[in-house]
Amino acid sequence: MNQYPLWKNLLILAVILFGLFLALPNLFSQDPAIEIKAEKGEVSAATRAEIAAAMENAGVPVKAIEEREGGRALIRFEKPSDQLRGQATLERTLGDSYQHALTQSPDLPGWVEALGLQPMFLGLDLRGGIHVLIDVDMDAAVTQALERFTGDIRTLLRNDRIRYLTVGHEDGRIAVRFREESVRDEATKLIRREFQDLEVTAGSEGGDYYVYAILPPAKQEEIKGFALQQNITTLRNRVNALGVAEPIIQRQGERRIIVQLPGAQDPARLKDLLGATATLEYRLVDTEHNVQDALDGRVPVGAALYYERNGQPILLKRRVIVTGDQITSAAAGFDQQSGSPMVSVSLDGQGARQMRRVTTDNVGKPMAVVFIESRTVTRIVDGEPVKERVRSEEVISVANILEPFGRRFQTTGLDSSEEAHTLALLLRAGALAAPIEIVEERTIGPSLGQDNIDQGFRSVLIGLSLVVVFMALYYRVFGLVADVVLVVNLIMIIAVLSLLQATLTMPGIAGIVLTVGMAVDANVLIFERIREEIRNGSTPQASIHAGYDKALSTIVDANVTTLIAAIVLFSFGTGPVKGFAVTLFIGILTSMFTAILGSRALINLIYGGRRVKRLAI
Amino acid sequence: MAHAQILKESNIDFLGKRRIAAIVSGALMVICLLSILFRGFNFGLDFTGGTVIELGYEQPVEVAAITTTLADEGIVDATVQYFGSNRDILIRIAPQEGEEASAELSDRVFRLLSATAETGIELRRVEFVGPQVGEELREQGGLAVLFALIGILVYVALRFEWRLAVGAVAALMHDVLFTIGLFSIFYIPFDLTVLAAVLAVIGYSLNDTIVIFDRIRENFRKMRKGTVIEISNRSVNQTLSRTIITSGTTLLVLLALYFLGGAAIAGFSLALIIGVLVGTYSTIYIATAAAVWLGLSRADLMPVEKEGKVVDDRP
Repeated sequence: MNQYPLWKNLLILAVILFGLFLALPNLFSQDPAIEIKAEKGEVSAATRAEIAAAMENAGVPVKAIEEREGGRALIRFEKPSDQLRGQATLERTLGDSYQHALTQSPDLPGWVEALGLQPMFLGLDLRGGIHVLIDVDMDAAVTQALERFTGDIRTLLRNDRIRYLTVGHEDGRIAVRFREESVRDEATKLIRREFQDLEVTAGSEGGDYYVYAILPPAKQEEIKGFALQQNITTLRNRVNALGVAEPIIQRQGERRIIVQLPGAQDPARLKDLLGATATLEYRLVDTEHNVQDALDGRVPVGAALYYERNGQPILLKRRVIVTGDQITSAAAGFDQQSGSPMVSVSLDGQGARQMRRVTTDNVGKPMAVVFIESRTVTRIVDGEPVKERVRSEEVISVANILEPFGRRFQTTGLDSSEEAHTLALLLRAGALAAPIEIVEERTIGPSLGQDNIDQGFRSVLIGLSLVVVFMALYYRVFGLVADVVLVVNLIMIIAVLSLLQATLTMPGIAGIVLTVGMAVDANVLIFERIREEIRNGSTPQASIHAGYDKALSTIVDANVTTLIAAIVLFSFGTGPVKGFAVTLFIGILTSMFTAILGSRALINLIYGGRRVKRLAI
Repeated sequence: MAHAQILKESNIDFLGKRRIAAIVSGALMVICLLSILFRGFNFGLDFTGGTVIELGYEQPVEVAAITTTLADEGIVDATVQYFGSNRDILIRIAPQEGEEASAELSDRVFRLLSATAETGIELRRVEFVGPQVGEELREQGGLAVLFALIGILVYVALRFEWRLAVGAVAALMHDVLFTIGLFSIFYIPFDLTVLAAVLAVIGYSLNDTIVIFDRIRENFRKMRKGTVIEISNRSVNQTLSRTIITSGTTLLVLLALYFLGGAAIAGFSLALIIGVLVGTYSTIYIATAAAVWLGLSRADLMPVEKEGKVVDDRP
């Protein structure tokens, strides 16, 4: 009696060994490290030797320089301070063709790494880093689309010489006003044919005739979805330019994007870069009209009033020659002649054609570069958050067109080389399809992360020891079995977390602690049952059998209800709550396995299949 | 058979005192509800929105000096306090009426303090939550509790009986109300981790309730004699030592977490400590009593006899 068949014992053993194996990588320490990636090709052995020499010259102790997959290189350091000095050294040594990022890398022996085993993925609160939640202003994306359509309709009507009075959009509806009905009908047909995405209707109001156009809901959804996707791509490009290893950029819900940068330490720079919507526009200067008239409020048709950086007013033509969207690449540098910071720009095919046409027609005339920055801010008005968009437009340079130019040219007039760098980066990364706002930020410094790990593990260890001692004293042999099972359970949780690469956070550790407390419950239930059976006069073997048997349904019921709570937490929770739910969920499953099957197998090995006079319980 | 035992076989008339318990619990619930309604919660940053900045100075600093520096730059209503030692500073800035609520505020504060500080400052932690996010989190939190309760109600009703399900959920609501009530009465900061703890309390308290319900069902089927009250009492007594040991070990771990786990999870552990204590009480006095009061009877818990299937747990 009370013997598991061999296959069952072996199966349990196999699962536990597999768990031990998966948990193994967590034993090795994490080295502060720097990952190096070549812009093109790979980091060669010669470059690695060069780096080693540079580090030695700078007196930065290096633990190892390794070749990684994908032609990358990894430099390991003993201390985080060495890592930071190492980064400074790299910046001096390596040119622009290499990217380097701070990271942490477990110091795994080759065979562990070869098996593809990885330690648990630590959350930002444990390893330090920056977490940012970004809200995408979807309505603005739709408004922008309407603006674009409005412009296109205006151009269409003008090109086809259809006389209209006004074109504009309000409350999500484009309205074109005509004096005559026949012209309106002609325009309706034309607009319907050219813009099949729009829902076009005709109407009349106050003696004038109108064509109305709206974006159907399905189309609006499409625009929103596209805007979110485009923003994710753009943000990814921008974040990659920052040089952080393993950045996480993912969509959350309908209109949010999460950006997580483990190990990053400069939230101000990150936020500037993420939120910035800097772009350039190239326009001709309106030389035919008087600036003073515009300042007095009489802005001529087809022109707009701008200001230069020194506050000087200037009239520019309304028509934009080229916008930032048409820029395919941009690099910061210094102007050969003046030595001032500049950005050299390449245009796409359409942009280049437009630029060539306009500059050819306007040789000798001045052209202006407008630097546009906008950001969204939230203010509290009457207790309610209200979104506002702040947009600044400045003319950064005005120069005469000396000769027609096309695809590649330079833009000067920037304040500093840092501004040039940032602008080039933003132009390269592409524009945001919809304005964004940072609605949540959590930055954890690296030392606090380490504190959290230390405190978390210490409290787990002490809590666990207290329970272990109590169980051994109270249930003796059975208590020891429960203790072994408890430790195995902890290892299994770590194994599953490592396998799934689920993120372990501080609340996650709390979840583990809680399951440790609750995992004991299953064994307590069983042991109390066994004691009861013994009191009722059953034989030791029968008591063990009945104890495990009768406690089973109770244990399952109790755990399933807790699982329900964990699942609800996971689906509703964000961030810390989710981290807690994950470990609680995993902990309940592993504890059911270890507390029911594992402890039974051990008890069977100790007492099973022989005559037992009394149980040490 | 000699073994260590906290309780000898007990025979306490728990349910006999159910009226007193109902009055005490009822009074406590009213106090908690009143406090929640009129005093409200000391909601943490997660729910109100705002900015928290934790700084580590190399040298001890004066709180007043920091407050003045911030006020000079127009950042008023910032709460500055020591956090651990007099070199660690915690600054809280609530979202202000008419002011800009943005993630850039923390950068401004850090730049400002770095510029005026005589020694180096380490930026240890920044948390910024926009006002709209805080509002969403409050809503989501309430919904999470609601859905957890509904899920559990359905499961217990399916596995046991509706009277027991109602009893279990009544006990859970009692525990949740009492736990958050204490957070309201003592105005302890209520953040996301506390919410997680409240949900864990639901899971834990339920665990306890299920164990006793399981025993009640078993005893109804096994014991031919005895009133509902007697059998319920018997079941509570039989599971009593298990209840105390499990609560005890869980509390051991939670106390370790509360005292050693650091400030980040102190609120979490406190909520769970309260929850475990009140959960143990409510299992006995609320869940079981409520089921008895709703008219739980032997017939309710008899196994459903299916055609052709012999009920096998008869002697």
